[in-house]
Amino acid sequence: MSDHEYTPKSKFGKWFNDRLPLLTLGNHLADYPTPKNLNYWWTFGGILTFCLITQIVTGLTLAMHYIAHADLAFESVEHIMRDVNYGWLIRYIHSNGASMFFLAVYIHIFRSLFYGSYKSPREIIWIIGIIIYLLMMAAAFMGYVLPWGQMSFWGATVITNLFSAIPFIGEGIVQWLWGGYSVDNPTLTRFFTLHYLIPFLILGLVVLHIWALHVPGNNNPIGIDIKKPSKDTVPFHPYIVIKDGFALLMFMIVFAFFVFYSPNILGHADNYIEANPMVTPAHIVPEWYLLPFYAILRSIPDKLMGVIAMLSAILILAALPWLDTSKIRSAVFRPLYKQFYWILVVDVIILGYVGAMPAEGLYLLVARVATAYYFVHFLIILPVLGFKEKTMPLPLSITEPVLGEPLSSSTIKKESLN
Amino acid sequence: MSEKKIKRREFLFTASYAVGVVGVGAVIWPLIDQMNPDASVKALASTEVDVSSVEPGKAITVLWRGKPVFIKRRTPEEIAEARAVKMDDLKDPQKDEDRAKDPEWLVMVGVCTHLGCVPLNDKGDYNGWFCPCHGSHYDISGRIRKGPAPTNMEIPKYEFVNSNIIKIG
Repeated sequence: MSDHEYTPKSKFGKWFNDRLPLLTLGNHLADYPTPKNLNYWWTFGGILTFCLITQIVTGLTLAMHYIAHADLAFESVEHIMRDVNYGWLIRYIHSNGASMFFLAVYIHIFRSLFYGSYKSPREIIWIIGIIIYLLMMAAAFMGYVLPWGQMSFWGATVITNLFSAIPFIGEGIVQWLWGGYSVDNPTLTRFFTLHYLIPFLILGLVVLHIWALHVPGNNNPIGIDIKKPSKDTVPFHPYIVIKDGFALLMFMIVFAFFVFYSPNILGHADNYIEANPMVTPAHIVPEWYLLPFYAILRSIPDKLMGVIAMLSAILILAALPWLDTSKIRSAVFRPLYKQFYWILVVDVIILGYVGAMPAEGLYLLVARVATAYYFVHFLIILPVLGFKEKTMPLPLSITEPVLGEPLSSSTIKKESLN
Repeated sequence: MSEKKIKRREFLFTASYAVGVVGVGAVIWPLIDQMNPDASVKALASTEVDVSSVEPGKAITVLWRGKPVFIKRRTPEEIAEARAVKMDDLKDPQKDEDRAKDPEWLVMVGVCTHLGCVPLNDKGDYNGWFCPCHGSHYDISGRIRKGPAPTNMEIPKYEFVNSNIIKIG
């Protein structure tokens, strides 16, 4: 951090800052030294902040018209779509916004995986991020229940029933979650309450996430430690602000495409049928962003083990900083890890695909192999790779490879790291 | 401080913490318990159904406590099939005699014991029910035969009020 003493220029600014150092905070954020080699994969933090604010603003406005009651919810959503001024626009931004949020968060997470951003000293940033991700999934799931369509109702039934897998107390927990003997009005009203609450919890965690980031500073594509501030850094404003802003504009084009040209493509037609507790839709699938985990759940033929495998698949990420034994952060200098990284990406995409398909025949077999590989990657490949892999020499600074200085001196650095 | 005084202080600390924990627990409990099924939900505990119009081999579905209940009038062949199954072939061994008091009538909660979907009638590999969500197959007695569901479909508490009316719950 650039901890030169900051003094506001105006007299009032100085008076205010002495009492509440907000201007010092603003100055810290603007001057925050950032590695000058950050690429566009680093712009998704800003994009995610935009997504969160978009969801909160559109969510607040939707809540002015939505009615959380089993008899009225479905109609009130149609009322928003047909009668409320720009209601269709606000709802489509909110529903597609959830998908955009997950698109951005997956890129953000896989960026971290590629460049080793979760490694020391950034473990806490990573773990807070995983908690945010879990809360996002909870918020998205409960939000999907609110329109009270068929997918809402049966999605809620299936997901809450996951808890019934817990031995002895499972049934009691599920009835407690429902407030009854099935998903019904009490379930809807509490889901609405929690759906309203969670984004603000996420907002608080985002503040901690950024705070924890500003202690060691950003990782960078080369993954080496840098001196801050130095010739390897640029101030956040205006350099990163402009870059983030440009990336955000590109992202908004994709966002707008979905909102204006195919607002329902990421949803399911069944959710335009009002909830009916007597009939389950022939094919229930969660939203696309939950499919890989859904595939893991279904690939295990035992109820309790399926639920455990699905939860482990998410929670294993929190242990990643310790499962990955390599001291080298960036995959750029890890030729083997780089290949396994891309295999993992493909594996997760395959899981997502089979998660959307019926759980039978070849799909089930593929899901089982992909599930097994997912765990092998984190539990066997990563720990072993740290000891076995022959990594490439690290440059001494960000500037070195750019200026084309000889790499001879850098081998010294590499040996000291191994 | 003397040894005695320190012991006295430690005791006071421990006692204060214990009272504090009990107090916090007593305050939190109402906030947790309010989410459990309330009095109005519990009051809807039973439903009466007229089954006089159900033909042999057919099934009807009624709603009880927000859940579907299947009432199946089984044919003699179906009863024979359900009773002929060996216990060793069952994942959750249960005799058909224990599931259907009157063998002609099978009354069960139409909820898959895997993750709560409603299985489809007359489908699946065992002439009974098939759950479309994750592929559980149930036989003509509603017992799990194949797929991820851990147990047989639940038999609710029910009784025949007279030969036409079944009271569930």
